[in-house]
Amino acid sequence: MELIFALAIGVLTGSGVWLLLRPRSYQVIIGLCLLAYGVNLFIFSMGRLYVGAAPIMPKGGFVDPTAYADPLPQALVLTAIVISFATTALFLVVMIASRGISGTDHVDGKERDQ
Amino acid sequence: MNPDTLPHHMIIAPILIPLVAGAIMLFYNDRNRQTKLLMGLVAVGLMFLSSTELMNDAKALTGEGKTIVQLYRLGDWPVPVGIVLVLDRLAAMMVMLTSLLAIPSLIYAAAGWHGKGQHYHSMFQFLLAGVNGAFLTGDLFNLFVFFEVMLAASYGLMLHGSGPDRIKAGLQYIAVNLAASLFFLIGVALVYGTTGSLNMADIAREVATLQGPQRLLFHAAAGFLGVAFLVKAAAWPLCFWLPSTYASASPPAAAIMAIMTKVGVYVIMRLSLLILGPEAGASAGFGAPVLMIGGVMTMAFGTVGVLGSPELARKGGYLAIVSSGTVLAAIGFAQAGGGPEILGGALYYLIGSTAAISAFFLMAEPVSRDDRGEVEPTEEAAREHLAERWDWTPMGLDSVEDTPGPSGMRTVSWLTMGICFSLIAAMLAGLPPMPGFIGKFAILSGAIRNNVGLNGQLPVMLWIFATMLILSGLGALIGLVRVGIRRFWADDNPPPRIFALEVIPVVMLLGMILMMTVRADAVLNYTRQTAHVLIDPSIYRDAVLRDAERLDATPPQSFEPVATEDSKKQEDAE
Repeated sequence: MELIFALAIGVLTGSGVWLLLRPRSYQVIIGLCLLAYGVNLFIFSMGRLYVGAAPIMPKGGFVDPTAYADPLPQALVLTAIVISFATTALFLVVMIASRGISGTDHVDGKERDQ
Repeated sequence: MNPDTLPHHMIIAPILIPLVAGAIMLFYNDRNRQTKLLMGLVAVGLMFLSSTELMNDAKALTGEGKTIVQLYRLGDWPVPVGIVLVLDRLAAMMVMLTSLLAIPSLIYAAAGWHGKGQHYHSMFQFLLAGVNGAFLTGDLFNLFVFFEVMLAASYGLMLHGSGPDRIKAGLQYIAVNLAASLFFLIGVALVYGTTGSLNMADIAREVATLQGPQRLLFHAAAGFLGVAFLVKAAAWPLCFWLPSTYASASPPAAAIMAIMTKVGVYVIMRLSLLILGPEAGASAGFGAPVLMIGGVMTMAFGTVGVLGSPELARKGGYLAIVSSGTVLAAIGFAQAGGGPEILGGALYYLIGSTAAISAFFLMAEPVSRDDRGEVEPTEEAAREHLAERWDWTPMGLDSVEDTPGPSGMRTVSWLTMGICFSLIAAMLAGLPPMPGFIGKFAILSGAIRNNVGLNGQLPVMLWIFATMLILSGLGALIGLVRVGIRRFWADDNPPPRIFALEVIPVVMLLGMILMMTVRADAVLNYTRQTAHVLIDPSIYRDAVLRDAERLDATPPQSFEPVATEDSKKQEDAE
């Protein structure tokens, strides 16, 4: 599982970085999305990987924490997903406005040879 | 209400007041701009009062020799687990600075800018809430959340007024900041993975006990976080986005965004001195060389930019970069053991230069406005204009003698603007008696007094820093004097129409800067004591974790009773 997880993060981040460095704004936004997915999985893995363990402990008394998954990274991931989703949506709006005003989807607002 | 609990609740006021005010404004139709302006002014006024109160708290506590750090536990959860707001001298100072910059910027917006787009006032308040939250939080992930609140609002403010230039610069600004935020998240996750905590004080305690690969991973985390914050603080080579962004943002937005680079600087100061400070074991001083060298390079880059850019607003962006670089380099020296004096001077310089840059952005637009009441059109036109004027006469002095404008054409607002411009330029160049000079002098005297080696020599890096500090002032002076002569003396066009509402905020900021000279002893004492507290991270750490120790006595619901005992023993052994 660790290997698959690590590969998933690596592939997502790698393709994200490559797309982020491309000149078209559509590629940039897809790159940012992929990068955000990779980062979210990475945050998730920082609570260590568990199979079949609940993140919520029962009430009262001392419980063995090793039988439960770490709930904190899950909460962090949730926040990070919401924030990156919202900011990416905002970026999309600005991107469309830029496309409408400049007539090109180049991130500089003009084609290189113009 | 119980008077004992009141000051504690006051800590959250600078976050809640703008947040609530911004939310209430959304219920009103956007055309009621005067109502919103009034609400905004009331909110900022309340914020100012609460920050005064917080600053008094931070000062009074030192006097008694008790704790210097106040805690506010959100939801009253126990400390290393729950979310805390922390008030210390540095946080109080930065919140105060934010509210002082917010008032002029808001008044300036009333001159017309707030009508050029939607929801200006709400976004302004949300920005303030995010900035104050970032200053007050004691928790790394909340820092991320407040950063995003601040950035989301700044995207809106940056795009306020729309237009091709703004949208193009905004696109790049948002892309850069989204990428930086992802760096931030990777860093936060790695910190949690290695230290098992997100509370800054708790991390600082854990760092000393990290072993082998864990420490390496933690250094990677520090590197990731460093990149994220250096992008925001606009350190070279990560500062390419700043000049075009700030130059194309509307002036009141750029004026309040001047505090945003300082949020990055603040976080670097807080984290590198607290977590990677002298008590961090093998991690002590990690990143200090990067800050020193990066800071000096940033100053050099900014100076070249100030000299090379024709546009006034763009010069302002480069001046912000110079200011960031100066403080970053000073933080690096302080982290490497350069003593608190240098940091105290840098904090004083930070207050003064941020206010001056804010005022500079407010002036840049009216000053470069031509007589038809429009902003000078394009960069190319400005460059041609420049080339024509500087063709063969250095400084354009003969054109001053040849074509003196009739005195009747000088309006009061134009003259006031001219005086303000020269004083702000003197401040940014570090000429006496402005605080820029006092701040730089304090930095230099601290650098020299505390760091002369056994052989009577200063370290080479400090020589380079001192030289750069003086050269950056000279560069700013040359760059601004040239603009000033061309615009205020050698220009025979009738002066542009400038509203009183555009002059008043600049005068307010200038008054604040002059107050810093008049009361330099008080301000400098405050920043020096702040620096003393920052240099000794155990003060902050122990104050935040004091309650955590008590928590360990009651194991049932405690989060990490065993680990804490172990780490304490290890600390004792060391």
